[in-house]
Amino acid sequence: MKLEIKGITKRFGSLVANDSISLTVNAGEIVSLLGENGAGKSTLMNVLYGLYQAEAGEILIDDQPVKFKGPGDAMAAGIGMVHQHFMLIPVFTVAENVALGHEPTKFAGAMDLDKARARVREISDQFGFNVDPDALVRDLPVGVQQRVEIIKALSRNAKTLVLDEPTAVLTPQETDELMAIMRELAKSGTSIIFITHKLREVQAVADRIVVIRLGKVVGEAKPTDTASELASMMVGREVDLTVKRSKKQSGDVVLSLENISVLDDRGQLAVAGLSLEVRAGEVLAIAGVQGNGQTELAEAIVGLRKLERGSGSIKYRGLSIEGESVRGRLERFLSYVPEDRKKDGLVSEFSLEENLLLNQSFEDDRGAPFVKRGLIDSAVLKAETDKAIESFDVRTQSSKTTAGKLSGGNQQKMVLAREMTRPHEVLLVAQPTRGVDVGSIEFIHEQIMLERDEQQTAVLLISTELDEVLSLADRIAVMYRGRVVGVVSADTSRETLGKMMAGIAA
Amino acid sequence: MSSKTQQVIVEIMASSVTRVVLSILLGFFFGGIFMVLFNENVVATYANFFSAPGDTFAAAFQTIVDGYGALLRGAIFNPGGKDVVAMFRPITETLRMSAPLIMAGLGLALGFRVGLFNIGGTGQIVMGLVASTWVSTRMELPPIIHMLVALVAAVVASALWGAIAGFLKARTGAHEVIVTIMMNYIAINFFTWMLRTDGLLHAATGGGTPKSDPPAESAMLPTIFGDLYKLHIGIFIAVFAAFAYWLLMERSAIGYRFRMVGHNANAARAAGIKVERTFIWAMAVSAAFVGLAAANQGLSEPGGITSSIHADIGFDAITVALLGGNSAKRIVAAGLLFGAFKAGSPAMQVVGVSPEILGVVQALIVLFIAAPPLIKSMLRLPESAEQKVND
Repeated sequence: MKLEIKGITKRFGSLVANDSISLTVNAGEIVSLLGENGAGKSTLMNVLYGLYQAEAGEILIDDQPVKFKGPGDAMAAGIGMVHQHFMLIPVFTVAENVALGHEPTKFAGAMDLDKARARVREISDQFGFNVDPDALVRDLPVGVQQRVEIIKALSRNAKTLVLDEPTAVLTPQETDELMAIMRELAKSGTSIIFITHKLREVQAVADRIVVIRLGKVVGEAKPTDTASELASMMVGREVDLTVKRSKKQSGDVVLSLENISVLDDRGQLAVAGLSLEVRAGEVLAIAGVQGNGQTELAEAIVGLRKLERGSGSIKYRGLSIEGESVRGRLERFLSYVPEDRKKDGLVSEFSLEENLLLNQSFEDDRGAPFVKRGLIDSAVLKAETDKAIESFDVRTQSSKTTAGKLSGGNQQKMVLAREMTRPHEVLLVAQPTRGVDVGSIEFIHEQIMLERDEQQTAVLLISTELDEVLSLADRIAVMYRGRVVGVVSADTSRETLGKMMAGIAA
Repeated sequence: MSSKTQQVIVEIMASSVTRVVLSILLGFFFGGIFMVLFNENVVATYANFFSAPGDTFAAAFQTIVDGYGALLRGAIFNPGGKDVVAMFRPITETLRMSAPLIMAGLGLALGFRVGLFNIGGTGQIVMGLVASTWVSTRMELPPIIHMLVALVAAVVASALWGAIAGFLKARTGAHEVIVTIMMNYIAINFFTWMLRTDGLLHAATGGGTPKSDPPAESAMLPTIFGDLYKLHIGIFIAVFAAFAYWLLMERSAIGYRFRMVGHNANAARAAGIKVERTFIWAMAVSAAFVGLAAANQGLSEPGGITSSIHADIGFDAITVALLGGNSAKRIVAAGLLFGAFKAGSPAMQVVGVSPEILGVVQALIVLFIAAPPLIKSMLRLPESAEQKVND
């Protein structure tokens, strides 16, 4: 199947999300759609999938114009979509999930699961998916769940497969396996549109690369182009992806975790007897696939989550701090950049000024620069916010703009500005560049290195992006199912780290 | 209340002035239609509608002019009054009726902004009345001091009653909507019981009716123009309360933290704020403003006090708070508007227009303001599809 997208334009109010975008995907071709967050990739795919109606332009399949009023039409025309967040029912089996929505039936409407099972087996064998049709989805690892999504699409005779940021949730090994599957599919004639912002993957698997920026196609690139070249195209200016770092001696242990255990919201053990030490002037990175207890660990350090009774302790310079409130920890030594800034790090409806004040509105013994006799000193607050906007390069109209109006990268820089300018000795920073544009990533990484080098801060970095971990960390602790598999030096190979992320000790 | 409901309320309160003004105009427009539909004079012309449609339209137009004309005469200025004092009486009545709506509206709006849908205004007013009536009928104190003590007693009692709902929410997660509704019943029946029981609040001469003695002269809110008008200093207290509300919510660190919890409790928690404790305090402060309305009611009626003196202000204040949105100024304006409705409705009745229309107009105004966020929330695409727009 040859898919052609011609001059698609999609507006949301005054925002042009897609500005006359054209794209051709031939049968058996893997085309990578590369662009930053907000470039318009997902909007384009939602137009293709019939979720949005374009204002202009057309879609052609094998040179025939088609109109999709909804995902049903798109699926019928042979377009399958694997979303970043899986649309699977955890308590159903693989076969049941695959059958969902177009259940094959026997007489009297009884569901013919055997047929569905056979279909799963057939597809699974053909492409080497290795998926058991009778397994419950909730028991499957994330990588296999993703294959179930692909089977679901293929079982509906998808000839063109759209994969939306498919590797975000995978370990490096799973990513390699997915890429092998993609090649197999392409060989059998399926076309693939692969949406991502990870340059390494694009280089590894794509036949052609289409770069979009600010809703427009800015050009095509070859997989043989260097990462810097691709990044520059994406951002529209020269980008230096390497982090400059110097060798240096780290100082005293500032934060130590001794055999701590933490429960998650469902009462399951998320952190199981974990021990770590972070020293002044070093970056200790916690690597690992998402969902291995990193979130709960961070919340326990901040004090948002209680330690399991009887489990170890968290110590700041040798003193146990379990009894301290969140506020107490923040005021004494801790700066915290949460992984989900919109949920925990910012108030979208608040102005940047109010967001700078967020955890500094108490009058404490350090003296309260922003609050005097119970009232907010708006002049000082404005001056400090302007300073933060300036020095952290936050792109905003003014300090009165609400945080929700800023792009992800600028929101993150605002959070960093607040946390880095507050007095602190430990910086706990989780997923600092998630959903952040390439240009801001560069800046954020520089700031973290400055913390280490100039402020002698003890930096605890939690990241699922291996590239980020490798470029920032002095030491790497790999977390798997709530435990530290091992703590290794920063020059450990990607392969070894990948194995550790799957739970195999180095 | 789900976070979605909360979001809708927050959106309603954030409506632009234009939308509010439009909604008010629309409310009056549809109110006019109702007036016409059910007016006897207009109905009488229906029989000849096809032969003389002009009669129907003339009658309809006349009805609307009469109705809203009466509202203006009853609420703002009555050119037909027998003397100057009578001419200006309507506006003083509007101010008098507005004061408790403003006070309670401020309180409920404060709660809404912290994400607490306090609909226990009635119960909080009633508990305030219990306290103020006790002070005003059972204690003997010098003038002014008596009044201040009664006022403070009402505020404290209301605040405590509100704090109970906040405490239950913080401790057990019990939903404040359910809790405050139930506490309304408890408060009203408790008050009635006290008014009925000798030795508590029951009037010495009250016989079988649940009624208190008249409040002592020394505890009454002084009138502004002596005996000319009933208008008392309650309206000043209301304006002062609006200023206090503004200072608290827009300028102080406490109000800032209240707002933070209302917008994003997760972020507040991560910023070191004790969200549960904030719920308790916010409910108490919210109810304290409502307590001013209790004092306003309990210390302005020269006769004995019955349980109906709360006058459903606790409910009307919900509409005031929604209409007034996030700003003290707008709450005052909304209180004045609905106060004018209350003051003007007897005049409407005189010209044969049912004053219930005003209740409908009041409800329609809020409905029109609420509709866009409600519709948006009902039609809202699945979250994942919507978020994609921003990716």
